Amino acid sequence: MHRLSGILLALFLPVHFWALSQSLQGAAQFDRFLAWTTLPAVKFAEWGIVVLLAAHLAGGLRLLVLEFLPWRDWQKRLAAAAAALALAVGLAFALAL
Amino acid sequence: MASLRVKVWRGAAQGAFQRFEVPRHESQTVLDVITYIQRHLDASLAYRFACRVGMCGSCAMTVNGVARWTCRTHVDAVAEGGALEVAPLGHLPVIRDLVTDMAPFFDKWARARGQFQGARSRHDDFARIAPDDPDRRQVDAGIECIGCGVCYAACDLVAWNPAYLGPAALNRAWTLACDARDVGNRERLRAVGGDAGCHACHTQMGCTERCPKKLSPTAGIAGLKRALAHAALKGTL
Amino acid sequence: MNARGETLLWLVQRASAAVLAFCVLVHLATIIVAVQGGLSAAEILGRTRGNVAGLVFYTTFVIAAAVHAPIGLRATLGEWLGWRGASRDVALVLFAALLAGLGLRAVAGVFGGAA
Repeated sequence: MHRLSGILLALFLPVHFWALSQSLQGAAQFDRFLAWTTLPAVKFAEWGIVVLLAAHLAGGLRLLVLEFLPWRDWQKRLAAAAAALALAVGLAFALAL
Repeated sequence: MASLRVKVWRGAAQGAFQRFEVPRHESQTVLDVITYIQRHLDASLAYRFACRVGMCGSCAMTVNGVARWTCRTHVDAVAEGGALEVAPLGHLPVIRDLVTDMAPFFDKWARARGQFQGARSRHDDFARIAPDDPDRRQVDAGIECIGCGVCYAACDLVAWNPAYLGPAALNRAWTLACDARDVGNRERLRAVGGDAGCHACHTQMGCTERCPKKLSPTAGIAGLKRALAHAALKGTL
Repeated sequence: MNARGETLLWLVQRASAAVLAFCVLVHLATIIVAVQGGLSAAEILGRTRGNVAGLVFYTTFVIAAAVHAPIGLRATLGEWLGWRGASRDVALVLFAALLAGLGLRAVAGVFGGAA
């Protein structure tokens, strides 16, 4: 899960950056681009990207905990997963608004 | 009497599953099943075992897709719908049928510098190490490995990275790195930090999940990563 | 790559991960707040152009991402495609440059301008 979300995020990033750099062309261009982002397909993709990000972040936090903290029980893993899940759900909600 | 439908791998790298029907008993283990086949149904079946009581690790095979000790695997626990599939232990060359060549496994052990290197002779005093010394605790947590290869077979990275030293070799390297009597740690860290060393581990924890002795190579590998980071930053690598 | 190199890559990967974890949280919170009441170019750019704190934050964000993603891809490319050796590293350095270039360009566009 972690690596798939990583791959997809890595592919998405250049697109994201390119889109933002459209703002260099001035306000009007940016407005047209923003109008495009209200399309449902785009909204869905955005939501998907955020979920991927939350998943990737959760996996990453779990990794950091397992690698750096003194080896104890892996309920820490559960805690990290739970926190990230909560984050993902919250974000999905917030974005849907 | 109930029967088990058993598929057993025959051949080497090329081969096929052969089907057998085996009488089912209470408290039967997968090793019992294989032994029955070889004794009563097909004497040409090749397989390994020794103690048959869960101490030596020789009987490790792939049962229904999962690496296990067959002498410690009850049929009732794994036979889905009365069917069993037994294959040789994964990620190793197959010599014949259920027998694998363990040489690559132990070669990697050597490459990870999994051998103790001491500096004292019998003329010196004993090394004194407290049992509750934190480093010794780390060693104790990983020292019971008997080299059965189940973790190696369970590890995705062993499949994806042919040069990867593997959980067992790295776990042993970690127990030696924490051993205050060992003096070979600099070469050892160099040996486990290369392209196929501990950094190839992504903490998927298949090894820890499957280890029949409940060891955690993942913990040892994390320890090696930390040790390497310290050494690299201090410039002692 | 030798032990020292691999270890440093690993350290950089973990460090950039920690930086990104923080930046991502801030970024997402900001976006959610900013998106309330609709988006418009004028609105956004009005707030961001000339914002030095934003410039510094997002520059850090971009660099951390441009470092983190290629190192992560390096492992995956080696494991799933069997791609190893110098050519993989060269390709990833180029990808890092692409990310950094596009990202910094975006940052300049959104945060640049007279204060």
